[in-house]
Amino acid sequence: MRAIWIIAERELAAYFATPVATVFIVIFLVLQGSMTFNLGNFFDRGQADLSPFFTFIPWVFLLLVPAITMRLWAEERRQGTIELLLTLPITQGQAVVGKFLAAWAFCAIALALTFPFVITVNVLGQPDNGVIAAGYLGALLVAGAFLAIGSAASAVTRNQVIAFVLAVALCFVFAVASYPLVTEFLSRNTPILAEVARRIAVLDRYQAFTRGIISARDLVFFATFIGFFLFLNTVLVDQRKTD
Amino acid sequence: MPSVNDAALIEIDGLTKKFGRFTAVDTVSFRVAKGEVLGFLGPNGAGKSTTMRMLAGFMTPTAGTARICGHDVQTDGVAARRLLGFLPEGAPTYPEMSVTGFLAFCAKIRGFSGRDLETRIQTAIERTQLQGVRLQPVETLSKGFKRRVGLAQALLHDPPVLVLDEPTDGLDPNQKFEVRKLIREMAPEKAIVISTHILEEVDSVCTRAIIIAGGRVVADATPAELERRHPSGKLDDVFRQLTLPGQTSKDAA
Repeated sequence: MRAIWIIAERELAAYFATPVATVFIVIFLVLQGSMTFNLGNFFDRGQADLSPFFTFIPWVFLLLVPAITMRLWAEERRQGTIELLLTLPITQGQAVVGKFLAAWAFCAIALALTFPFVITVNVLGQPDNGVIAAGYLGALLVAGAFLAIGSAASAVTRNQVIAFVLAVALCFVFAVASYPLVTEFLSRNTPILAEVARRIAVLDRYQAFTRGIISARDLVFFATFIGFFLFLNTVLVDQRKTD
Repeated sequence: MPSVNDAALIEIDGLTKKFGRFTAVDTVSFRVAKGEVLGFLGPNGAGKSTTMRMLAGFMTPTAGTARICGHDVQTDGVAARRLLGFLPEGAPTYPEMSVTGFLAFCAKIRGFSGRDLETRIQTAIERTQLQGVRLQPVETLSKGFKRRVGLAQALLHDPPVLVLDEPTDGLDPNQKFEVRKLIREMAPEKAIVISTHILEEVDSVCTRAIIIAGGRVVADATPAELERRHPSGKLDDVFRQLTLPGQTSKDAA
């Protein structure tokens, strides 16, 4: 546990040692803000809630989370530091979880910096802050799911561009898996896959959170989803570390 | 010669690594006891780094295994790596970290904390003469300094086994001298394996040399014994004779 924490600490410090952190957070806030206000009609709706904010956040994450994760393992391999890291007395699983937690903590920081939205709706009206809190939890879990996918994608290749594109594509597939476009196509050909697609859809689960519903089933789903991709990540690191 | 009674700290048994149909390391076996400094020589691509990576538990062998102080690097990897100081090829370090920050990270991972951590870092910095650059980011350092940061990381926990892949590569003659001196000072208490292309280094620090070519061990003897194998008595000539079979008669002229 201690080793995981030390790795996460070093990783997180590395984000802030380079312009990556600043650029990411600024772009995230600008993108999220402009979408909420312009596309989401935050003010014109005349409702004291953050629903436009939560509608757009998974799509912003879809684009930006792979930008965080693309360097996670690809960079480590390019610099050769993977050889140093994995010859320290830690297991590969500890390294994978440590790096993931650092990236997740970083997303949590970016998410926390959207607090002016919460203040704004509270000044302008009486929103249900419980729903808002559930929405934030959901957004954090979506970020976690995308990070786990991106982290595994980063372990596949030493090329960061490939890692990024692969992660965006995979995240997109899991995001829209329950959309009629996908499920109708699948149910026409292979009905079983349509059912599977509906169950693994990340956004479907997330929508429940934005309505203020935190169910054990959805929490288990996200835990399993993240766990699976981190396991895959560990296997991939083990397979490809020396390439 | 080191005492034969000393239990071997490094044991390599039939280590083999294949990449597809290419065999990089072919059933390499040797032991290194406490007090020995083993020079690991061979042309580029002979399998030196691959062997060292397998010994450090980074690469999974196709066959065979290695043990560090009795701990199998495959099945008991964390325990083995705890007793190992490893300088990977090219001495990789995290470029954005400061020298002290990087060493503190390695020391913390190895379980040191508080005052002990401070003294460990201090000692490692003094031994590798990094005092002047302790707060500089590693990426701003010259090649020689980077190499010594990697070396400091390997020495941090005062391990019984040291595996150093080209520890003096990129150092200037003065720094080379200091690193060799350091290796000689540590030698009595440890089992050390160094790979090198500089043959005079073998004479100056190694108690034993293994020459590897095409993934196989072609010689395993003391530097003095090796030198006797060629009429000229030079290690360079022995090296050529062993690693370039068929060309030596022509070149000797």
